[in-house]
Amino acid sequence: MAELLRTEHLSMEFGGLRAVSDLAITISEGEIIGLIGPNGAGKTTVFNVITGVYRPTTGKVVFAGDDITGWRPDQITERGIARTFQNIRLFETMSVLENVMIAKHVRLKATLSEAILGLPRYGKARQQHYQECLELLEKVQLDDVAFEQATSLPYGKQRRLEIARALATEPQLLLLDEPAAGMNPQESLELMEFVKRIRQEFDLTVFMIEHHMEVVMGVCQRIYVLDYGVTLAEGNPEEIQNNEKVIEAYLGAVDIDA
Amino acid sequence: MDKHAKLKFILTLLVVLVSFGALYIAQGTMNSFYIRVLNLAAIYAILALSLNLILGFTGMFSLGHAGFMCIGSYVAGILTMSPASKEIIYFMEPIHPLLANVQWPILPAILLGGIIAALFGFMIGFPALRLRDDYLAIATLGFAEIIRIVVTNVIPITNGALGLKNIPSVDSLLVYWGCAIVTLIVLMRIINSSWGYAFKAIRDNEIAAQAMGINIFKHKLLSFTIGAFFAGIAGALMAFLITSIDPTMYRFTFTFQILLIVVLGGMGSLSGSVIAAVIFSILMEVLRFVEQPMNLLGLEISGIPGMRMVIFSLGLLLIILFYRRGLMGTNEFNWNWVLNRLGIKTSHQGKRGEAN
Amino acid sequence: MSPDIFLQNVANSITLGSLYALIAIGYTMVYGIIRLINFAHADLLMVAAYIAFYGMLVFTLPWYISFAIAIVLTTLLGVTIERVAYRPLRSAPRISVLISAIGVSFLLQNLGIVALGARPKPFPRPDDLVWNIQLGNVSFLSLTILIPVVTIILLLMVTFMVKKTKMGIAMRAVSRDFETSSLMAVNVNKVIGATFAVGSALAAIGGIMWSMQYPQVDPLMGLFPGLKCFIAAVMGGIGSIPGAMIGGFILGICEVMLVAFMPELSGYRDAFAFVVLILILLFRPGGILGENVVEKV
Repeated sequence: MAELLRTEHLSMEFGGLRAVSDLAITISEGEIIGLIGPNGAGKTTVFNVITGVYRPTTGKVVFAGDDITGWRPDQITERGIARTFQNIRLFETMSVLENVMIAKHVRLKATLSEAILGLPRYGKARQQHYQECLELLEKVQLDDVAFEQATSLPYGKQRRLEIARALATEPQLLLLDEPAAGMNPQESLELMEFVKRIRQEFDLTVFMIEHHMEVVMGVCQRIYVLDYGVTLAEGNPEEIQNNEKVIEAYLGAVDIDA
Repeated sequence: MDKHAKLKFILTLLVVLVSFGALYIAQGTMNSFYIRVLNLAAIYAILALSLNLILGFTGMFSLGHAGFMCIGSYVAGILTMSPASKEIIYFMEPIHPLLANVQWPILPAILLGGIIAALFGFMIGFPALRLRDDYLAIATLGFAEIIRIVVTNVIPITNGALGLKNIPSVDSLLVYWGCAIVTLIVLMRIINSSWGYAFKAIRDNEIAAQAMGINIFKHKLLSFTIGAFFAGIAGALMAFLITSIDPTMYRFTFTFQILLIVVLGGMGSLSGSVIAAVIFSILMEVLRFVEQPMNLLGLEISGIPGMRMVIFSLGLLLIILFYRRGLMGTNEFNWNWVLNRLGIKTSHQGKRGEAN
Repeated sequence: MSPDIFLQNVANSITLGSLYALIAIGYTMVYGIIRLINFAHADLLMVAAYIAFYGMLVFTLPWYISFAIAIVLTTLLGVTIERVAYRPLRSAPRISVLISAIGVSFLLQNLGIVALGARPKPFPRPDDLVWNIQLGNVSFLSLTILIPVVTIILLLMVTFMVKKTKMGIAMRAVSRDFETSSLMAVNVNKVIGATFAVGSALAAIGGIMWSMQYPQVDPLMGLFPGLKCFIAAVMGGIGSIPGAMIGGFILGICEVMLVAFMPELSGYRDAFAFVVLILILLFRPGGILGENVVEKV
């Protein structure tokens, strides 16, 4: 399998505090990789560095052969990395469909003046995106609420909408930041089935932060364990479960099934 | 496609035609005072619409509107004054020879007023839009003041503190409301387009918008520049309405009035801005009585100058404290609502298959 | 420029700088605690100046009683503004609170115009406080010494209060972390009220001294000093008391010197502060004392 994402000696400091240090991650096309670690281990910071929200203090991020270190978040999204957020960030004044259509804006092949004048090139392009987004909503089973206010959805559907919105950017790599946060075991199981399914359907590579151990162990092929910004271990679920350092720093210290 | 689309289009066309007809009749029958008030309302509407694009739809707290307006006014004034009156008015220092003999027709001068204001909007936005919230507010306020102070000081171009007089007078409702209607239509098309949704996404959640691939800075700059353009147009119209201008007109107080209109109409509602602009202009005239001496039950009450602004400041406070959404909130006037009231079902089915 | 005139300018710039510093503290304290540009702060100067003016001229009270009444009433007004116009909006979007602040500012200005008339009035200088001092060829007002001295005493008092008193420590806690402080049984409302009280009292003193130095009062007199003092606070590093002081002095000195050395630019005097502000926001948004070293109120 071809390599998709690689970080080299990636470090991130905030005013002397090292949130991530010397991180080396390699993800191949088609994999589902997990990133776990206790609270404050620097997991979300890793995502923020990969997606360009922060510029790393040292090191670099290579995506599909391009060195994307220091790119702006929107450039990185356009290059093919999409993400969801730990605390849901939907566009609250918009409908479900409108939320998803925002992702298509950068792919619009028409100018603002064409839109103002109502020229056909704009209308056609927009109509096509509209159809695409409706189809996407069907695939993620949100088509029945397409015209509802996004923030009026129940929690679980809001999470799914965040994923749908990320999918609409047509990514190769999808970063999920605690997609099962706040869900009960049954719901998180369903969510994992959902993630597996969209990976198949959209030909994705998935990199996810997750707190629910059983979820991570059930779905991920490989797992990275982070503690105080340092990579503690890396391996398949079985290796991680039996790794003493991990048990000591993470599983032993914090509630296992949190 | 929307099965009522045709009906709505015809209705819209009808409203536009009827308004122009009404304007035409009003021009012939109304006295000049009412026409003046209506023209002022059109200018306020353009200003409020353009500030609403920046503040209500893109979420940028800009307080620089008076500055852009000032540019529009001066550009239009200098371009259209007759060479003879320029020679008389610029007596502190003669006017720059390049400008001494230009005399443009009204419409191109209005357009250039907007374009130059947009240019300034672009140049100011470039550094300022890296800032947010109150820092952006104070920086744009600062830029507007700088514009005003520069205008006061470049005497060969602007005639300094004495200002411009004898700017050609325009009293045609069609010119003022024509510009206002064009502004409304253009802005409506923008906010319902993909770009408009990008602006609203930035307002709702900047980080998520960026994660959707939207270049935040570019879009903020676009919105800001468009807003500055229309503020410049409004400034040009203002010059033709009052025919004599000076830098003190374009103080921060003016931006405050526009802000009041936007908040009253609802931040994020274009139709709200137009309605509020009309209400504001009429109230400004109606409330004039509180500033004039009057005889109440045999009691002589001397007029209190400034009382109107006290009322308006209080009004702004009451709205923001108790009724933050304003008249319209983020809603727009739309035909669906009207048709539903008339018993014609539209609802969501009408929205399906309809991409803006 | 002759040495005498130069000295004269130095004296002027220090006086102006002191006034800026004093008023800037109110901005920086309020911003440090609730992250709001208190637009109404500027108008408190005007209110205090007018109360003192009426106390002395209309009620013919001695200057010290007039000044005391002005300071007390202005402080009450500052606290009331927070109660009525800012507190109900504490969980509202930031833009709403700012609009409210602008609304209060305009209300005060226009009430001033309505109640007092738009025309500037001469402010009486009490003989006990203002007299001429002749030093060789240089003559200056006693205010040139009085204003910096009062400013420095007040700055020391505020610094002591913030550092050593219980209320001051609570203020610093709230400015660091609003929610945690309230969980730690800090009465956040009381702390914010106290911050407004201190800021308003300083604004009142600043306003009175301002009108003695430039002996004239009018309803819009607070507008430009207010904006400039906010700029001074940003320049020093917003939230920092020593920063506000440094910013105030630098701005005052630069302004006077700009006009002294380049009289042809005197028309641009008021633009200067805004140019400084924009440069600072762009190149060093944390201000001179920088974000991390800043000691928040």
